[in-house]
Amino acid sequence: MTAFFQNLGLPFEGAWLLATIIGILVIALPLMLAVAMIIYADRKIWAAMALRRGPNVVGPFGLLQSFADGAKVFLQETIIPSAANRALFLIAPIITFTVALIAWAVIPFQVGVVVANINVGLLYILAISSLGVYGIVLSGWASNSKYPFYSAIRASAQMISYEVSIGFILVCVVLWAGSFNLTAIVESQKGYYGFLNGNGFNPLLFPMAIMFLISAMAETGRAPFDLTEAESELVAGYQTEYSSMAFALFWLGEYANVILMCALNAILFWGGYLPPLDWAPLYYVPGILWLFAKILFFFFVFSWVKATVPRYRYDQLMRLGWKIFLPTSLFFVFLVSGFLMFTRYGGAQ
Amino acid sequence: MIHVIAFYLFATIVVCSGALTILSRNPVHSVLWLILAFFNAAGLMVLLGAEFIAMLLVIVYVGAVAVLFLFVVMMLDIDFAELRAGFVDYLPFGMLIALVLLAEIVLGIGIWSAGPIELAQRAAPVNPELSNIQAIGALLYTRYIFLFEAAGIVLLVAMIGAIVLTHRARGGVRPQNIAKQNRRRPQDAVRNVNQPVGQGVEL
Repeated sequence: MTAFFQNLGLPFEGAWLLATIIGILVIALPLMLAVAMIIYADRKIWAAMALRRGPNVVGPFGLLQSFADGAKVFLQETIIPSAANRALFLIAPIITFTVALIAWAVIPFQVGVVVANINVGLLYILAISSLGVYGIVLSGWASNSKYPFYSAIRASAQMISYEVSIGFILVCVVLWAGSFNLTAIVESQKGYYGFLNGNGFNPLLFPMAIMFLISAMAETGRAPFDLTEAESELVAGYQTEYSSMAFALFWLGEYANVILMCALNAILFWGGYLPPLDWAPLYYVPGILWLFAKILFFFFVFSWVKATVPRYRYDQLMRLGWKIFLPTSLFFVFLVSGFLMFTRYGGAQ
Repeated sequence: MIHVIAFYLFATIVVCSGALTILSRNPVHSVLWLILAFFNAAGLMVLLGAEFIAMLLVIVYVGAVAVLFLFVVMMLDIDFAELRAGFVDYLPFGMLIALVLLAEIVLGIGIWSAGPIELAQRAAPVNPELSNIQAIGALLYTRYIFLFEAAGIVLLVAMIGAIVLTHRARGGVRPQNIAKQNRRRPQDAVRNVNQPVGQGVEL
């Protein structure tokens, strides 16, 4: 797009700036819309699983419910507790929201359709998702209140624990693809057994796909790992003291993170924008639709789990992360690299 | 042009947040300024073309080390008056460190302005076509493999040391046996009792 603006007579810097800003808006605005609709979908799925109707008043089938909620929180008064650390209290939701958005910069929607096609794409995602914990920790500390603080401590321990095993799972995928670039990772998944697209069909990587799905739930603080906002113990966790738009930013950021994790699942293990079968007519469907279908499928799995699985206890959560996922993922790094060493990279010499 | 603007932006923020790290009165704020400094240092690395180092800086320092700092500092009950009392005692030592750093900077700039250093090129020639990660990997796992593994062993020893120092066997704890818990079935744990009214249950 930079070249297009340069042809219009702009200097390189101006063209680059304009192209980048347009690229960001093209991702961020539909993402916000997607978040609004996915919150609605989430509530409808829970409702269906609990034999309720869910939101059905605002708009046809309640489709506009999220926008009504948005308007409601927008018109609310922002309440800042008098003992709170004012600046940090307001910065915390902004961090959560921004971090949830900027990770999308490296997600490829098609071949070449990506804001920043950097060759350390996966590391960038890891770096950004490790920043996400600050929004929660800061909100917990700045609220100067007990429940948010407990929640912040839980959140930071939880996110650090699961980031470790996510890191190892990503190492397996990177070893197999031979690149950190997300587009290259997607392209490397073409043609398993001649007709399947996706690392998930690889018996060495399939267990990693399952573990990544579970770790993603823990990393985003979704049920059954939503101990950071366990309402029976912590009221609303780190969001307890928040109201109005500050609360809405947490809400949006959380869901944007969930969609991001679903997208990562699709990209790393199930072929991203590639059709699931390596069959020529399927390639006529635009890749972006395949990606969206996969994201929606994984989001359905997320809601399904949230609607059906009871919440973990904290010691069980830590045990799962450190005693099960960490050794297993480490073992699989060993297994995958050993396998590649003996097959792809020339065997034992 | 954009590079220059970005460089001065990142550099200014690094320097300012570095200064604020030591100047701010609240230790939590100090850690947060430190994080901002790390983050912008990563930005400088990206400008240098070392995107791998930049990402590692963010993942390791911002994502893990600083979170633990923040964790510890938030939990501590620090008496600021007591902290400031020792300021004068530490002043000479602090000045000494500052002098050493200043001397090193002067030395570094002097050598740099004398001409480019070819040392790195000679010790480890790198194929310019490789990307950053591949170049680092190719060097780290071939030429410097022993140093790399030695670093790993040092970290392992440090980890074991920390566990040995803090771990103590406590009496009277009943650890969970997860396998036993999972083996437990309703019929082992629940029993239907048809109890006549007015009598206690024998358990």
